Amino acid sequence: MTKAEAISVVGLHKAFGRTRALDGLDLSVATGEVHGFLGPNGAGKSTTIRVLLGLLRADSGTARLLGGDPWADAVGLHRRVAYVPGDVTLWRNLSGGEVIDLYGRLRGGSLDRARRAELVERFELDPTKKGRAYSKGNRQKVALVAAFASDADLLILDEPTSGLDPLMEEVFRGCVAEARDAGRTVLLSSHILSEVEALCDRVSIIRAGRTVESGTLAELRHLTRTSISAELAGPPDGLADLPGVHDVQIHGGKVRFQADTDQLDAVLRALTASGVRSLTSTPPTLEELFLRHYTGTAQADEGSGGGEGHEGSGAHAAGEGDAAGEGDEGGEGDEAGEGGEAGEAKGRDESTGANAR
Amino acid sequence: MKRQLAGTAALLRLALRRDRVMMPVWVLATSLLVVSMPNALGSVYETAAERATAASAMNANSSLRALYGPVFADSLGGLTAWRAGVFAAVLAGIMSLVVVVRHTREEEETGRQELLSAAMVGRRAPLTAALLAALLANSLVGLLITAGLAGQGATGALALGLAVAGAGTVVATAAAVAAQLTESARAAKGVAAAVLGAAFVLKAAGDSGAAAGESALTWASPLGWVEHVRAFGGERWWVLALFAAAVAAQGALAYALAGRRDVGMSFLAGRPGPAEGRLGGTGALAWRLQRGSLLGWSAGFLIAGLVFGGMAEGAADLVGDNAKTREIIERMGGRSALSDAFLAAMAGMLGLVAALFVVSSVLRLQAEESGQRAEPLLAHAVGRLRWAGGHLAVAFGGSALILALGGLGLGLGHGQGAADTAGAVGACLAQLPAVWTIGALAVLLYGAAPRLAPAAWAVAGTALALGWVGPALNVPQAVMDLSPFTHLPKLPGATEIAWTPLALLTTLAAALTATGLTTLRHRDLTP
Repeated sequence: MTKAEAISVVGLHKAFGRTRALDGLDLSVATGEVHGFLGPNGAGKSTTIRVLLGLLRADSGTARLLGGDPWADAVGLHRRVAYVPGDVTLWRNLSGGEVIDLYGRLRGGSLDRARRAELVERFELDPTKKGRAYSKGNRQKVALVAAFASDADLLILDEPTSGLDPLMEEVFRGCVAEARDAGRTVLLSSHILSEVEALCDRVSIIRAGRTVESGTLAELRHLTRTSISAELAGPPDGLADLPGVHDVQIHGGKVRFQADTDQLDAVLRALTASGVRSLTSTPPTLEELFLRHYTGTAQADEGSGGGEGHEGSGAHAAGEGDAAGEGDEGGEGDEAGEGGEAGEAKGRDESTGANAR
Repeated sequence: MKRQLAGTAALLRLALRRDRVMMPVWVLATSLLVVSMPNALGSVYETAAERATAASAMNANSSLRALYGPVFADSLGGLTAWRAGVFAAVLAGIMSLVVVVRHTREEEETGRQELLSAAMVGRRAPLTAALLAALLANSLVGLLITAGLAGQGATGALALGLAVAGAGTVVATAAAVAAQLTESARAAKGVAAAVLGAAFVLKAAGDSGAAAGESALTWASPLGWVEHVRAFGGERWWVLALFAAAVAAQGALAYALAGRRDVGMSFLAGRPGPAEGRLGGTGALAWRLQRGSLLGWSAGFLIAGLVFGGMAEGAADLVGDNAKTREIIERMGGRSALSDAFLAAMAGMLGLVAALFVVSSVLRLQAEESGQRAEPLLAHAVGRLRWAGGHLAVAFGGSALILALGGLGLGLGHGQGAADTAGAVGACLAQLPAVWTIGALAVLLYGAAPRLAPAAWAVAGTALALGWVGPALNVPQAVMDLSPFTHLPKLPGATEIAWTPLALLTTLAAALTATGLTTLRHRDLTP
């Protein structure tokens, strides 16, 4: 990063008893970007956020937040940080409005009254209700209003939109976009892929306490495979032997296969050499991308980064197939007859695979 | 009706599973306390003649009657019923109210009931399961007392066992009503505990006024009925019907209310709050969260002080030629005038009860943390010490406030002028170092091992048991010394105030608090 990093985490470890919650996690968030923080449940997202907030102390590794130590400088740093947890709990005898103002004062400054009023309006929040009288979504709104009404430099949002209806989800996206335009940094942990796609400049995907992928969405897409089906004039000589080509099926003049996106150029050249009559190419969906990273065991982490990654991921897909009891096709995923995306999407079961398609 | 109770058996099993530690411990502790009494009393009063003298001395003294009730029989069994009957009933009552509220209102407040009610669970099943769990626990207490005291006379043992179990069940149904009325579990427990406290004060006032416990005030209190059963003293079995009637009436009310309201809703509904808040920080927040409970404790201490202060003059009526009785009173209270000794004993009692307040107040920290309300606060520019400091200020300052009010009540009730009142306030405030030490232990437990923090209740309970029952039982001094209250000077009445133990205990409290806060600062917040 050329720009100063708002968050920089290297080799973070944290264990709770025998459970290794974080196992060498890396995370780098540049100042002014909206950074998606993704991973399956239990991957360590919330643990990382708690370390960043100085609520937990890491066992080893370094974490820097806005240039400071999140544990030692917690109070000072928190003046510049706003946090929205995924499950907001309120005091039963305090109204939502009281909580918003309390949070504002606890950050040191007072809230911008006009901004607060505008946000309450936009989120359609009734600030006079108390504690448990709020529904889940409305409790989230209380924390969201408090966070967006603050002048914090860094917003840490841990699945902030759980329970929000689609209209409020839109309002939330608008607020994040405004925050980015105002030059603030946002760390957004989310499972809502459309939200991530719409908002995030870069994403980090973690699994089992480790970062498995990090980059812009375009970069991540680049690491995945494109489905290609083509009708050829002649036989597709040598196609199956090209690097980055998988799951080739040939029916007469028709050919279907998967190609690593960064090898597309060479693959297309090989196709045109045989004479292309028709061509359909389907780029990988975001869902495929995430499912590829979400499934799998802790050991199968070779998939992270670089050209090697594809092979690693392929092998990993096979391993996954075995685990799911589909040993036959999984073991030789590359030439399995019915294959299409089965090797790619690697669902834990058929339905997940189908979803990925 | 059958549909309304669907799922009761499953819910009862769930309740028993969740209470698998607390309930047996409580049941055993309560019944052991009663069952061990004949032995302990036998070592204090060795002959029948000694027991007879002691009994007549006790009965002649209105202030002792106020505390323990009249003695109806001077056998070991009779003295056991006198000494431990009401105390065991109070313990059974506390257990019952905790169990009932825990499985009714608390389930609704946390939202867990919604999930259960969506299954095949009838509208009245949760209440039924909670009451059955409480009934089961109380029956066990009754059974153990009956079995354990059978050697003193089977009928008396049965009567005492039934009386204690009956009183506990009455409190259980009172808690069931409270759980329908309030929206929060904390408030429901508070209401039920206030009912229990009022029952004790009524009984004490009635016993103080009338020698044979025949005052109308005693009859108005379920704890008074425990005496009126007269276990080991010519049992009056029909008094047990009072327990049954009260259980039936309160139970019917609770069921009627439960059938008429929505899940999670209450009859004392909350009002909307302000749209904008003025809370300026964590200190103000802690005050806001705890002020209701502090107000309740303050009122309770003032009223209890007034009632007990009004009884103090009667202490002079003591037939003073029983050395053992005098010894007991002196060990409990003080050396000089017996009304002073009585006031000192009452100040000590208020101090012991204040230990319960300080523990509940300190443990708010743990409730805030485990309820995940601390986490977002500490994600703001708030240090852990500042956050904890707000609650500790209420806990430690609040104990001073309620003790001062208790002392004020004692002095006003005694009505012997300003100097006497100041003395009573001072006597109560002298309890503070011990109360603070218990509170500081709670801070240390919370700081070092938040999951074990509720053990602070056991600390306060042990101090309470030692202080209440210990002096009459010749508990070894080494054991008595474990309670910080043992080291306090007996005030009013001491010729000179021993400042050293006060200073040492205060220092100890400060050191424990500091250690607890240091560990809190350096540990992970529990997610």
